[in-house]
Amino acid sequence: MDIELMLKVYPFFLDAAWVTILLSVLTAILGLICGTLGAAARLSRFALLRFLGVAYVSLFRGTPALIQLFILYFGGPQIGIQLDAFEAGVIGLGINAGAYMTETIRGAIIAIDKGQREAARTLGLSSWQSTYKVILPQAARLMVRPLGVNLNMLIKATALVAAISVIELTYTAQRYIGSTYKPFEMFLLAGVLYMIIIYATGRGVAWLDRKVRIT
Amino acid sequence: MSDPKQFVEIRHAQKSFGDLEVLKDISLTVERGQIVGIIGSSGSGKSTLLRAINDLDPLTGGEVWLDGTQVNKKLPHRQYEAHINAMRQQVGMVFQHFNLFPHMTARENVIMAPMLLKGISREEADRLAEEQLDKVGMLERIDYYPTQLSGGQKQRVAIARALAMKPKLMLFDEATSALDPELVEEVNLVMKKLAEEDMTMIIVTHEMDFAASVCDRVLFMDQGVVVEEGPPSVLFKTPTQDRTRAFLRKHLEGAA
Amino acid sequence: MGLDFSIVPKYMDIILLGVGWTVGITFAAALLSFVGGVLFAVTALYAPWIVRQPFRLIEWVFMGTPLLLQLFLIYFGLVQIGIDLPAFVAGIIGLGLHFAVYNSELIQTAILAVDKGQMEAARTLGLSRGQALRKVVVPQAVRAVIPPIGNNMIALLKDSALVSVIGVSELTLSAQRVIGKTYRPFEFYIVAAAFYYVINLCMEWVQRKIERRISISR
Repeated sequence: MDIELMLKVYPFFLDAAWVTILLSVLTAILGLICGTLGAAARLSRFALLRFLGVAYVSLFRGTPALIQLFILYFGGPQIGIQLDAFEAGVIGLGINAGAYMTETIRGAIIAIDKGQREAARTLGLSSWQSTYKVILPQAARLMVRPLGVNLNMLIKATALVAAISVIELTYTAQRYIGSTYKPFEMFLLAGVLYMIIIYATGRGVAWLDRKVRIT
Repeated sequence: MSDPKQFVEIRHAQKSFGDLEVLKDISLTVERGQIVGIIGSSGSGKSTLLRAINDLDPLTGGEVWLDGTQVNKKLPHRQYEAHINAMRQQVGMVFQHFNLFPHMTARENVIMAPMLLKGISREEADRLAEEQLDKVGMLERIDYYPTQLSGGQKQRVAIARALAMKPKLMLFDEATSALDPELVEEVNLVMKKLAEEDMTMIIVTHEMDFAASVCDRVLFMDQGVVVEEGPPSVLFKTPTQDRTRAFLRKHLEGAA
Repeated sequence: MGLDFSIVPKYMDIILLGVGWTVGITFAAALLSFVGGVLFAVTALYAPWIVRQPFRLIEWVFMGTPLLLQLFLIYFGLVQIGIDLPAFVAGIIGLGLHFAVYNSELIQTAILAVDKGQMEAARTLGLSRGQALRKVVVPQAVRAVIPPIGNNMIALLKDSALVSVIGVSELTLSAQRVIGKTYRPFEFYIVAAAFYYVINLCMEWVQRKIERRISISR
């Protein structure tokens, strides 16, 4: 193993790790927004909204995220959407992650809804009040862990933007593999940084989960 | 009964989980062809004793002998495994919760072990399955999966599965406890039929009527010891121990 | 520059060839991931400590890093140690191993969830521990995980697009090649997406069929 080389290039990997983190954070925020809207649409009273919700989830989960990214980044200009690679990465991955989060959020709401809504309505709460006061606070607790899984997948999915040349961890590893012919060393550098990011995120999610859990 | 040794012999069986002693120096013999019932409240150690006979719950002290061979011999791990597998082939066991293999039909449940362990052919195995399932009245359901059977039917298939290994001894661990009341009788009938065929049986049960009608001897266990034993006519009618009387009073209400 | 789908049919043969490769790679990698998943799961649960621990580490690394990075390692790493495999073989190995680790997680959980009465019943009949695992416990665990493994296989289909990056001429790279000639990215990526979507729907349909069939024997 070429330790000397690793020491020489690791600052570049550190910089790239910050890009991966920034990408992950922005993507997660956009994903949560899309997921919340998607879940609201899927649970809506209006058939058209429900249909749009189903179509969103089905299309974005049914095709590769890489292709979605390519359509947005390379195909976008043809329909008047001009984005730089980083922007396309955040938007493409965020909308994709939102489709997965839609199902997570919807699942948690449905799980709580069963008996609780009836109980709330018997007390005289309106449908909206039942949702807002009874269902959502409980569902929010229930969705921490599965959203944590979504987040874990999302962080790993940020590697896809290497294919549109965003200089994040995987792109950096790829570039140095190409120039140094040391695939194992470069994998190790990038892999360790990914695992640190994912481990820290996992701990954060577990902490949040413990905090909100009703015992 | 020409065998000079006892058929099943348990010598000073002792079993503890940490500080808790669940079997306290139990000795017991069963003759070939005998049917022995074990009664007692839950936690009395009756299931533990039964499961010690084929070493599912290994004893911490004492010996178990079957037909002249010690079941719980001290052997190096490898040899012990081979030994215990061979012993278990001779001992059939029926569980409270059936433990049928859900991914196999009734037929496959019955033939799996004989084919794997005795190397019998598929045709022979099919004949065996038909014979054994016919015996328990389940021939028409031979190609059904466990999920398609009622509890009583499952238990009858489980009995057929055990019998297909041609065991010398059958152990029943609360075979009817998990069944709906209306399904108990069909399983009891199968067990009675087995009793008439001179199968040696040890039956852990909470059904006093059934124990009284099929068993040659009944043991009452409490807190890890055999408090009292005797023929059912004696044990159920004129128990000598207070603990037995108290237990029977609770469980025989209206029956005797 | 507007959209013009009328040029699509002209390049359909290239795209369809890509579809064929995508289906083939997905199928081969799925098979590898399933067999590997069972082997990994049994190893992770029952192998001696000395085997189990490094194994867990490898599993952990595979689950904690992106597939794309793993593909780079396998593709270029194999070359470095002197094994020059065609890109599609490296792709199948990478995808297969990656998903084998995820399948292994599912199978481990399922094996532990098989009722312990099942092991007891098998042992009572005289089966050894290994025989009981092989005949009774693992088959049940595999049935229990078929629905979630199906989801993994559908994820595998979509992740198979990543092997385009190491130069495997599957659907995504075929689309890219056509785009190189036509400068029509939007149209041809949409076409590729449509094909992925259809394959995805077919897989979901098969998954439902299988689930219905096994539901009786669980």
